[in-house]
Amino acid sequence: MNFDLSEDQDALRDGIRSLCEGRFTSERVRKGFDRAVFDELANTGVFSLRADGFTWADAAITFEELGRAVVPGPLVWSHLGHGLVDGVLTGLTRPAPGVDAIVEHLATADAVLVLDETGIECIAADALTNATAHDWPLDPLTPVHRVAVLPKGEHVAGPEVAGEWRRGGAVLTSAFQMGMAQACTEAATQYSLGRFQFDRPIGSFQAVKHILADMVVRAEVARAAVHAAAVTLDDPEVGDLERAISGARLLAGEAALKNAKSSLQVHGGVGFTWEYDVHLYLKRAWVLNTTFGTAAEHGDALAARL
Amino acid sequence: MDLRYSESDLVFRAELREWLTRSLADLADPPARDDWPARVRYDTHWQRRLFDGGYAGMSWPREYGGRDASPSEQLIFLEETTRARAPYVGVNFVGTLHCGPTLIAEGTDDQKRDHLPKILSGDEVWCQCFSEPDAGSDLAGLRTRAVRDGDHYVVTGQKTWCSFGHVGDFGELLVRTDPDVSKHRGITWLILPMDLPGIEVRPIETVLGSSEFCEVFFDEVRVPVENRVGAENDGWRVTNVTLSFERGTAFVSEMVDALRMAEELAPSVHDVAERRELAHVVAELDGLWALTKRNVSQAARDGSPGRGAFMLKLAYSEARDRLGELCMRVLDRGAFDVHDERVEERLRTLSIPIAAGTSQIQRNIISERLLGLPKEQQWAKSS
Repeated sequence: MNFDLSEDQDALRDGIRSLCEGRFTSERVRKGFDRAVFDELANTGVFSLRADGFTWADAAITFEELGRAVVPGPLVWSHLGHGLVDGVLTGLTRPAPGVDAIVEHLATADAVLVLDETGIECIAADALTNATAHDWPLDPLTPVHRVAVLPKGEHVAGPEVAGEWRRGGAVLTSAFQMGMAQACTEAATQYSLGRFQFDRPIGSFQAVKHILADMVVRAEVARAAVHAAAVTLDDPEVGDLERAISGARLLAGEAALKNAKSSLQVHGGVGFTWEYDVHLYLKRAWVLNTTFGTAAEHGDALAARL
Repeated sequence: MDLRYSESDLVFRAELREWLTRSLADLADPPARDDWPARVRYDTHWQRRLFDGGYAGMSWPREYGGRDASPSEQLIFLEETTRARAPYVGVNFVGTLHCGPTLIAEGTDDQKRDHLPKILSGDEVWCQCFSEPDAGSDLAGLRTRAVRDGDHYVVTGQKTWCSFGHVGDFGELLVRTDPDVSKHRGITWLILPMDLPGIEVRPIETVLGSSEFCEVFFDEVRVPVENRVGAENDGWRVTNVTLSFERGTAFVSEMVDALRMAEELAPSVHDVAERRELAHVVAELDGLWALTKRNVSQAARDGSPGRGAFMLKLAYSEARDRLGELCMRVLDRGAFDVHDERVEERLRTLSIPIAAGTSQIQRNIISERLLGLPKEQQWAKSS
């Protein structure tokens, strides 16, 4: 039992972090997801990681770093679908009958993967001729289309793979969100040290420091939970897998949302501007909290395991 | 990252489980909570059994009677004793979780030899004499005075919130030995034999009624100089050794117990919103258990449990409060009977966000030491 990152995992994290710092600056991230972003991530091995022999834990460490930089794109779906379908992949959990499907990044995608209890269906992106683009999406970096009725696609995997995607998708999304929560803590801390009011940095006021302390604790506890879930996904004998995943999903989803809102509060007025990145983290947190299980679904799932 | 226990860990777990089954089978029922003489007998008897079984002082060096167990064995010990509902550390809390680790780190050879084995065997009960009526969160502002007189310190003053003051054989005592320097510099850490003349102990009636907390009054109590731990006036540093143990490890076993209580509550929770809230509390406690595994792994590597240790107490306080409130809502009017463990625990755990550094003090420590934020400027008395 050694729950510390291994030397290789430290190196993986450092590598992805330096890639993000060099290539996925705020300026680039704000241009949104396109094929160049996809190709760059694909060349780094973000999507093929597990096919290349890395573990779910390694993938979680990678997505944590992508989350810190709030890199846009259907990254989790492209990772999950790697090896099964070629190209840029987006996806969604099949909506209930009568509910419109909201498809992310449709314009850039080659295929849309639809996940349900029975398996995974693949629809060619250009088959969604009846899709309507939102002209004002909640997250400016997550363009969405609304589709009233999804066309019938090709059945590409059965319930077993669907289950694995559901679990793996929850872990990677949680890892991404937990990375976002860390980045929010760091941005708000830096801002509080540089912003002077009443002749002192606002980060010296306990009213502000305590918000930041809660943020760092929230992110760190979520991080331990997400790493535990990823390790359990690799080695299910070490714990209750569904419980670990639902717990990680609950904590990471909450950490991303609360830390983004706290960051906005610490930034004050500028946190409410388009210019600062704070809103990108908050909006992505809302978007991601609808994917791979809502808080309500994971709450019910975890309670059922007790 | 690896959460798999080794073959030798599994052997340890099996042996411990078997030992617990055997040792708990003929253990008497716990005594009434306000029967302190019986509680001391019960808790020290269990401590003795742990000692004889080789399970006392899991992390302590062997030369002082400890087991020198690996980090994973320490975690297994916590899991198994909680699952088996073995007695809680009780009156041995201060000795095994505060003073013991402090003496191991800072005590003289004589002090270690005299006290450590007896703490582990249940032959010595320790109490804590840190806080004062005017020194709570500002602990370093303590004023209980110790004046050197030959081979003794003469101690006069008052302590409060002394855990197990009325049953302790020894106390960990903080005194002011130099009132003329800045407050952190004039403090000394002493081993206090509780039977010295001039000590008066008065139990404090808490929201639970009878409790382990006491006030202790000192009227020219003569404490031998050889009882000093660390150098004269170096007591604040020694204290921080103790407090770091308190933050990092002292709450882990009750955190594991909170998880047990949450799991046992599940069958009585039927409302959807309450079930989701229970799930959230369990997620937090599971997350803290994972964080504990990380802390222990880091401690095994670098000798210090890392940043996670600063966070454990604050996060546990918050989760425990949520669990307590959920219990009250689930029990509804059934909560009017404090004999229910969950109600008693709801009341007892009101002290968790206050004891061992309030949650506000914890947030100051986290924001200053982990995030590098400056201290809030001093309040200046206006004329």
